[in-house]
Amino acid sequence: MTFFDGDSSLISNLPAIVVTLPLFASLIAGFLGWKNRKAPYPIAAVALFLTFISSVVLMIQVMSTGVAIEYRMAGWAAPVGIVYVIDHLSALVILLITSIAFVNFIANKSNIDTVFRNKAGAFNSLYLLFTAGLLGMTATGDAFNLYVLMEIASLSGYALIGLGSNRAPLSTLNYLFLGTIGATFYLLGVGYIYIATGSLNMADIASIMPKILDSSMILFAFIICMVGLLIKMAIFPLHGWLPNAYSESANVAAGLIAPLTTKVTIYIMIRICLTLFTPQYTFDYLNTSDLMVWLAIGTIIFGSLSALAQKDYKRMLTYIIIAEVGYMVGGFFLGNRIGVSGAILHIVNDAAMTLALFMAAGIFMWKTGEESQESLKGMFAKMPFTMAGFTVAALSVVGVPPTCGFFSKWYLISGGIAAGQYFFVAALIFSSLVNAILFFRIFEIAHFEPFKDHHHHSSNHSNKGEEASAHDTHEQTIKEAPLGMLIPFMAVSILLVVLGLYSGQIVNNIINFAIPSSIL
Amino acid sequence: MSIETVLSIKPVLAVLVSLLAIPGIISSRSQNIREAWTFAAAGIKLLLVVSMLPIILDGKTINYTLVQVFPDVGISFRVDALGMLFALVASSLWIVTSLYSVGYMRSLDEHSQTRYFAFFAVAISATIGVAFSANLLTLYLFYEILSLATYPLVTHHQDKEARSSGRKYLLYILGGSVGLALPAMMITYHFTGTLDFAPHGVMAGHVNSGLALLLSMMFLFGFAKVGIMPMHSWLPAAMVAPTPVSALLHAVAVVKVGAFSVVRVMTGIIGTGVLADFNINGIICAIASITIVVASLIALSQDELKRRLAFSTIGQLSYIILGVALLSKSGMTGGILHIAMHAFGKITLFFCAGAIFCATGIKYISKMKGIGRRMPITMTAFLIGSLSVIGFPPCGGFISKWHLVLGTIESGRLIFLVVLLLSSFLNAAYFFPVFYNAFFCSADEVLFEDRVEEAPLWCVVPLVITASLSILLFFYPQPFLNLASLAVQTIMGI
Repeated sequence: MTFFDGDSSLISNLPAIVVTLPLFASLIAGFLGWKNRKAPYPIAAVALFLTFISSVVLMIQVMSTGVAIEYRMAGWAAPVGIVYVIDHLSALVILLITSIAFVNFIANKSNIDTVFRNKAGAFNSLYLLFTAGLLGMTATGDAFNLYVLMEIASLSGYALIGLGSNRAPLSTLNYLFLGTIGATFYLLGVGYIYIATGSLNMADIASIMPKILDSSMILFAFIICMVGLLIKMAIFPLHGWLPNAYSESANVAAGLIAPLTTKVTIYIMIRICLTLFTPQYTFDYLNTSDLMVWLAIGTIIFGSLSALAQKDYKRMLTYIIIAEVGYMVGGFFLGNRIGVSGAILHIVNDAAMTLALFMAAGIFMWKTGEESQESLKGMFAKMPFTMAGFTVAALSVVGVPPTCGFFSKWYLISGGIAAGQYFFVAALIFSSLVNAILFFRIFEIAHFEPFKDHHHHSSNHSNKGEEASAHDTHEQTIKEAPLGMLIPFMAVSILLVVLGLYSGQIVNNIINFAIPSSIL
Repeated sequence: MSIETVLSIKPVLAVLVSLLAIPGIISSRSQNIREAWTFAAAGIKLLLVVSMLPIILDGKTINYTLVQVFPDVGISFRVDALGMLFALVASSLWIVTSLYSVGYMRSLDEHSQTRYFAFFAVAISATIGVAFSANLLTLYLFYEILSLATYPLVTHHQDKEARSSGRKYLLYILGGSVGLALPAMMITYHFTGTLDFAPHGVMAGHVNSGLALLLSMMFLFGFAKVGIMPMHSWLPAAMVAPTPVSALLHAVAVVKVGAFSVVRVMTGIIGTGVLADFNINGIICAIASITIVVASLIALSQDELKRRLAFSTIGQLSYIILGVALLSKSGMTGGILHIAMHAFGKITLFFCAGAIFCATGIKYISKMKGIGRRMPITMTAFLIGSLSVIGFPPCGGFISKWHLVLGTIESGRLIFLVVLLLSSFLNAAYFFPVFYNAFFCSADEVLFEDRVEEAPLWCVVPLVITASLSILLFFYPQPFLNLASLAVQTIMGI
């Protein structure tokens, strides 16, 4: 085993380990799941933890040396072999993926135990496989390898979602169709790039790009790659698959997939535009900014308004995710340094916020057994700590300082003003106001309407008369979620504030190095 | 004139001390222990603020940067004369209000008192944060925290009325700050590259007259806590809150945060030069004057005492804006001084309204005939409070109004002198009937027995304290007057 040869080689192999560790653990967990129902969870937990530690080390390494780590798979040099490139941008996204996968996994232990009792092997294995796929997509420097890993992540994602509610298989089928179309478009684009350049290595292609700027084949490749990715990130009007897929899936699956899928796809878009097609081509030669920013504005408006129409908490979140996709796509295609910084910062912040909101969904679900917003009556009195965390997450989505959502929105709006895209600025403000309405609507329900005891799966109820008489007394009694759920959730909501206060440092020390110096 | 700065963490501590008390407030076993946390935090906060006073009076400022969030902007604190004046008012009145809260909440046996005291602590932290902000971003941060922390206080009763008032409250306050003040702040940052409050503003040379006017209006209406019409109607709605909340937050902290923010932006960001050059100050004066007169007229017709006080507050807040926007030395001094003087007077009035409600359950002025016989101390304090708000000697309110009147003459815009005099007349017209009916109504109209029965001591003592302070400030306005003059000196460079 090469990774145990010694410290130095262990660290030098980290780019590979961070992807292969969850991949192998997935196989082991799936296999052992057949024999012993209890084995997969600890294996997956340990694997995710180690992956997380590896990603922290990678981040530190990239920050301290200041240069990208290039890892050649099996020793083959690029452009022939596959390289993994860990630069500031990918290290940041890898850290994001591993931490979310780990925290969500730990927080949902009891959930996994009960919901996937008989499918422990399958679930844990898919969870790891999905994580490995996303990590690979982020780390790879090879355009075709990216497609392969994208398919790994997507297929395991379809399966994870399919394990959800009764209607989940139908939703996941819809997702599968559109997701496959998206991936195929991307693959087609990569095919054209290969024909035009003879290479699949991103850096290699980038070095050829200046010579073939006016090639119509490259233009077609760019368009079709973008369309594929836009489907995958659920931009309006290509968003149709997302709301059903996310809201029908089990909470633990949604807590992994919802924060990460769209965000990693946006990362891929940024990566393709900056590293493969080069900023010169994307922004100067093609001048895509206007079109894409308008697409983003449409997405933000549509996502916000649709969220307003939802009665179900999780469905509302899915439309907020769509609106947030618009934030990041728009921010990136502003094409200036502030806007791109905002988009990248928002990848981190939005993932963290979405995680917190879906974790809250898990706790609400555990408490009430329902998903409608109406079921949250009296929650402030009943679960003050959960609601405090939920409030922080909600305010972060609204964009209230000092939560992180404010600071990325600040960069996005500043970028919009600097680029003269005032409609984008107006859309962001509009979306903030709509988000305020969305969440204060929930706060109102949770604050003003008295708690009604629902069929709570862990408590056994006596007859209805007693319940009614006890109503007044237990309205005031606090009954929080179990600590195993509550502590990770509180940690994430505190993190939302910490990320906010340190956004200056994140931008200065990480994101600044992630953006090519040609973008001003 | 260079301003000497002192580096100290004290402003941060002054902000945080009430937040740090919250775990104690939440986890306390008994009510008394819980209230002890509140008083401890309030006491320490006042001591911290007072300990910085000599340095500020010496003409120095205290700076501290907590964390750098953008290349040129951080979460930074800076204590200067203007901020010190406001912090002094808020932190001293917090102690009195806490006393009053204990009496009020316990005698009415209100529910969720722990939540109440916890959010009160957050609100006061945010208020001090606004006072000590070194830049617009920090100010905005605490402004928003205050908006959100006061929502559970305003909607404390959790009934239908509280719900709709809460909605209105958020619509105006949050809608204004996110929809207007935030974009204005970002546009300012884009054009000037800084958000730090500078003595003479930062906009000069960066903006043309149209943009300066647009931004001024966005700030003026965006900081809706100042209640400039038409952004005022959240304030009467917010009167559904328990009275101590109305007293501290809607006579002192929240509304004065609005006024303070506008004053800060007008002087520290837009700059008096820009205001004068593009004649924006004239427009602001006109808007403030309309609010002053219209609010006073509406107050006349309100029968619910707290609503009458609310409209009175709306009018009085615009005095502050008017005074500063006059851009004359006395006017600005008077405007800034009015932050303090009005606070002591108006909080007394609210305390009285709450004491009446505690003792008799009455909210409407028409039902208070002869109440002076029943509650003589309360109603005497009410008289003092109203005299101060109207601007009669020997009350603190006279001092600020005097400067305001001088300011209108200095600026040569005599129309605003007329506004001030008319408003004072209207103030008297809506306050005196309350007092007159309480003591001098004819015998057959009296609704109360001839027997003295005041509200609990916890309610009466605070209103006696604030009423006495209102009179004391007439004879010894020095701490506030000196701070106001110092602030004006820095702003006007005289």
